[in-house]
Amino acid sequence: MIITKYLTILGRYLILMGRTFSVPERMRMFFKSYIKEMAQLGVNSIGIVLLISFFIGAVICIQMKLNIQSPWMPRWVSGYTTREIMLLEFSSSIMCLILAGKVGSNIASELGTMRVTQQIDALEIMGVNSASYLILPKIMGMLTLMPCLVTFSSATGILGAYATAYVGHVLPPDDLTIGLQHSFKPWFMYMSLIKSQFFAFIITSVPAFCGYTVEGGSVNVGKASTDAVVTSSVLILFSDVFLTQLLS
Amino acid sequence: MIEVKNLYKSFEDKDVLKDINTVFEDGKTNLIIGQSGSGKTVLMKNLVGLLDPTSGQVLYDGRDFVAMSKSEKVHMRREMGMIFQSAALFDSLTVLENVMFPLDMFSTMNLRERTKRAMDCLERVNLHGAEEKFPGEISGGMQKRVAIARAIALNPKYLFCDEPNSGLDPKTSLVIDDLLQDITREYNMTTIINTHDMNSVMGIGENIIFIYEGHKEWQGVSSQIMHSDNTRLTDFIFASDLLKNMRQLVLEKEADPFATAPLDPSRHG
Repeated sequence: MIITKYLTILGRYLILMGRTFSVPERMRMFFKSYIKEMAQLGVNSIGIVLLISFFIGAVICIQMKLNIQSPWMPRWVSGYTTREIMLLEFSSSIMCLILAGKVGSNIASELGTMRVTQQIDALEIMGVNSASYLILPKIMGMLTLMPCLVTFSSATGILGAYATAYVGHVLPPDDLTIGLQHSFKPWFMYMSLIKSQFFAFIITSVPAFCGYTVEGGSVNVGKASTDAVVTSSVLILFSDVFLTQLLS
Repeated sequence: MIEVKNLYKSFEDKDVLKDINTVFEDGKTNLIIGQSGSGKTVLMKNLVGLLDPTSGQVLYDGRDFVAMSKSEKVHMRREMGMIFQSAALFDSLTVLENVMFPLDMFSTMNLRERTKRAMDCLERVNLHGAEEKFPGEISGGMQKRVAIARAIALNPKYLFCDEPNSGLDPKTSLVIDDLLQDITREYNMTTIINTHDMNSVMGIGENIIFIYEGHKEWQGVSSQIMHSDNTRLTDFIFASDLLKNMRQLVLEKEADPFATAPLDPSRHG
């Protein structure tokens, strides 16, 4: 019974995605929405990404220095582990989990409200493919800006680590620099960017599905918003396991 | 002209619409009336294709909308305008952008022509000066007028209004009713209005369909309601004691124009 229920939901999600990925009726209108969504979902998230990445970078560096560094370990170990954690997991997976909360609830509540106030019905009556008009610019906007967010996150995390060295004097800046440059593999950077593209698709399409299919009133919009965040977070974690295995 | 033939609609085991047969005429304000839960909104959603009927036909000038392919329906919908109960204006767009939206999507006009057309529509609904406001900044009556302007922007052949007077004061309701009637005549549209408002029924009802528990109970014009012997209809229209007494008075007056008998006090609520 539960399997049937989840298969039904998956089927409905795939049908919605089928409708979403159709050629926009008016490219001019699509690009207008696309620019707006890039600003709303991507540019408006830069602040929180920078803030969290800076402090997480700093905290990881301090933790590594306090708990890993020992006389038997090389001096560069704190910088090295900080870089690897930021690059491999934090900037892509954890940052996307955070964005799932911000962007996911935003998309689900926006589309849910449009559904219950009949704005989506109004689009359908006009003969507009509402799924494509509303959802496609969000997905494309997030996919476009996600590499920037991941890059900013990694860079700001490293800045946070340097802050602990220069301002907090937790470790010598030279040791941190040596660690950050030690055995650097550019592929890890690409891996992070590839993973983030999958996560960007999840954190836009899943909340869009939750919001678009809302039935009822404001209580259901709230529920859809919560479901969107929970479901996209779980899917990010699951796909992270597979993607890490696949790309490593 | 829209013709409905043998229309049935069921939700699981509940029959909401049963064998609806009716005609909505061109250039007239066609009203669908009935109690809450009688199936009016479901009928309208079947007419515009937001719901698919369980069986039956909806013929737009002889073309069966139910049997049309998806692309034919999309094309057909460009000939329809709809005013929702909640106005359903796009929150993120200004009044002018809302009215321009269907033009932006479907017309081949340039920006200047689209803006002019949208301004003309706003002028038509007496909303000049509110172009740059957002839906949240204007009153309910103004929102309904913006919705009318948006609905007529592409010169639709068919206009659907789901409870256009809901939540409006009686005076604003009259303005909306007059506007809908004028626009219907001006553009020779087939206008279908789903309403509870008895002022609308008596004022602009040129073809009235009364739905009772999912079936068509009565069809006629507003002038026939007063003399109808259909008790379900008269009980619905003249629901309050005041209206019952007024009807009684009118009927008595018509029967004996010289009678001066006062209203029976026992009939007052």
